Amino acid sequence: MAVPTYASPLERVWHYTYLAICAAIFFFLIAPIIVIIPLSFNVEPYFTFTDKMLSLDPEGYSLRWYRSLLTFGMQNPDSAGWAFWSDAWANAKWVQAAKNSIIIGVFSTLVATVLGTLAALGLSRPEMPFRRAIMAILISPMIVPLIITATGMFFFYSNPCELLTFFGLSPSCGRLAGTYLGVILAHATLGIPFVIITVTATLVGFDQSLNRAAASLGANPRTTFFRVTMPLILPGVISGGLFAFVTSFDEVVAVLFIAGPEQQTIPRQMWNGIREQISPAILAVATLLVIFSILLLTTVELLRRRSERIRGVTPR
Amino acid sequence: MRGGPNAGNDMADAALDPHAAIATTASGVATERLTTADGKPLSRALARSQRRARRRAFLLVLPLLAFIVVTFVVPIGQMLQRSFYNDGFSVNMPQVSAWFAQTERGTPPDEAAWNALAADLTASAEARTIGVVGTRINYDLPGTRSLFTSTGRQVRRGIEPPYDQALLEIDEDWGDPQLWSTMREAATPLTANFYLAAVDRTRDAQGQIQQVEERQQVYVMLFWRTFWLSGVITALTFILGFPIAHLLATLPMRKSNLLMILVLLPFWTSLLVRTTSWMVLLQQQGVVNDILVWLGVIGGGQRLQMIYNQTGTIIAMTHILLPFMILPLYSVMRTINPSYVRAARSLGATSWTAFRRIYFPQTLPGLGAGAMLVFILAVGYYITPALVGGSSGQLISNMIAMHMTDTLNWSMAAALAAILLAAVLVLYWLYDRLVGVDNLKLG
Repeated sequence: MAVPTYASPLERVWHYTYLAICAAIFFFLIAPIIVIIPLSFNVEPYFTFTDKMLSLDPEGYSLRWYRSLLTFGMQNPDSAGWAFWSDAWANAKWVQAAKNSIIIGVFSTLVATVLGTLAALGLSRPEMPFRRAIMAILISPMIVPLIITATGMFFFYSNPCELLTFFGLSPSCGRLAGTYLGVILAHATLGIPFVIITVTATLVGFDQSLNRAAASLGANPRTTFFRVTMPLILPGVISGGLFAFVTSFDEVVAVLFIAGPEQQTIPRQMWNGIREQISPAILAVATLLVIFSILLLTTVELLRRRSERIRGVTPR
Repeated sequence: MRGGPNAGNDMADAALDPHAAIATTASGVATERLTTADGKPLSRALARSQRRARRRAFLLVLPLLAFIVVTFVVPIGQMLQRSFYNDGFSVNMPQVSAWFAQTERGTPPDEAAWNALAADLTASAEARTIGVVGTRINYDLPGTRSLFTSTGRQVRRGIEPPYDQALLEIDEDWGDPQLWSTMREAATPLTANFYLAAVDRTRDAQGQIQQVEERQQVYVMLFWRTFWLSGVITALTFILGFPIAHLLATLPMRKSNLLMILVLLPFWTSLLVRTTSWMVLLQQQGVVNDILVWLGVIGGGQRLQMIYNQTGTIIAMTHILLPFMILPLYSVMRTINPSYVRAARSLGATSWTAFRRIYFPQTLPGLGAGAMLVFILAVGYYITPALVGGSSGQLISNMIAMHMTDTLNWSMAAALAAILLAAVLVLYWLYDRLVGVDNLKLG
């Protein structure tokens, strides 16, 4: 975007002012995320740059907060070698939280992606009845305030069979609150809108005649789906799944309401850390999460390009 | 050939294919009544095949729809039921509830009433449900829970008629007409009182609706603050997002893709991480204050309080919601043909006029989509205000959470949630009307 040749001097000045404003806004967007990275290496328990850090003195930097992520909750943090790592794997609070986050994230993503992709396939057929209303319902978990969702889930997951009392039955089937299954189902619900949005967007450019061609060549519906449709929409499905995973990986409100102490996840551990006594260890976690999101973003971008290429959609 | 039996089915499908029939008509084979190859009326065959196609599409969606209805829609409905249905009093105090049902509002308690009350209190104290009863009355008349629990302890030791004197002896608050009026309200499980409380109204001894005392008026103010702050945040995301979206839309693809990463990275970064970094930056001993002191803008003793108040909530939420404004604006601006602005310029418009009259109106669809999305998301925000809002930056969601976890007044939480949800759903409906949920894009 260059200044047109007919621009007046005033317009030129404005153009460069405009670029400066944009630079400032980009700075506002990105600086808060970048600034925590060096701060997480601070040797002092402060949230600001010390003189030593500013003069790039190596003594101003340390890995102590990263080490504290491992040692927090360990039984014997002073051990060395194999004993240290096995202790960390078994007892460290943040390691447990990471394991829980991954277990819950993976399974809720699987549920959300399978159900969401099927539904997206149905929704993008032209003959789908009540398309708009159903779509609005399926997207609503993203729109309804999380606190309301979490509150509703809190009552439902405490006694899922209460639902049946409406039909005059009074069975008891235990609790889902405080179990992995409960948290997984709750996170699947929250991740589904992202899968629906991403996969239906992929299917917009999908050429239905490919399916007819496959059918006319003798493929049954299942073969058609796995050999023709699926490979073409796979990038969209994967990025939808990644969105669902990130949603679960970052979710704290539903976890606060329905998870038990067993299901401590990374966001919940962070939430506790921030509310009680915020220490730079939180910044170390935050840095790791930023690196994680950079990796995810790169993957999604690559997938999007691949998807556009194989569907023959030229980027506008 | 694979799928032998299926091949036959496919043939039948082909015979029912509407396109085949259209081809027949076009080729000029005109009969009085169009029929398919097997002699059935074409219209019926078409309807059948369409019905089947609809059913197939619906069956694909059904599992997810059932899942969402069971784990999401119904639980929220169940929760909202608590906002107008609370049987904590009526179930555990049946006799006095019956007396209330028989008498007019404002009837002073007679002997039958005192007898019923004493019997219910004794039974409830024996069954250890007196706390539930007291909690229910306490919602409408704060400070009465202990009246019920302490009276319960005394009546379990035995109570002699006449009961009015006996109860008044235990605590003279039992004669309070306000208490009797509140109990009358609670005697029916269906109640609108939680909604009244949610708009800072209450009922006096005569059952008239009136405003609560000034120092207890919190909810209306909180609703206004929630909507006001969401509006401010929406406006700020627009002011900050518009130039960025414009720049990204007009730069060549390669450069704009690169800069887009700067928008998408915050979008993909954990909400808690972004909130944490604002806490770190805006603290009194934080980076921003340090820089201001170093620049000499403020003295070392007058560091700004930028967090744990409304300012903190606004700054952090603007940052977090900014991508939701930029992305829809960008996708609309990308489609705007630059030659319109050039045409306006060649016809003598100044660059400002060309922007105001030609370019800006074309961005309105994106602006509407972004603004509604940001506003809807901001109205329901919980985590960020809870962490950086202090007391002046709390939103209505935080009040719902407080009633859920601290005061345990779940009916009140449900009433507040119902009002918030109604507002969000109206906005969502508008969004669907104006933008369409299927136009929602992520990244």
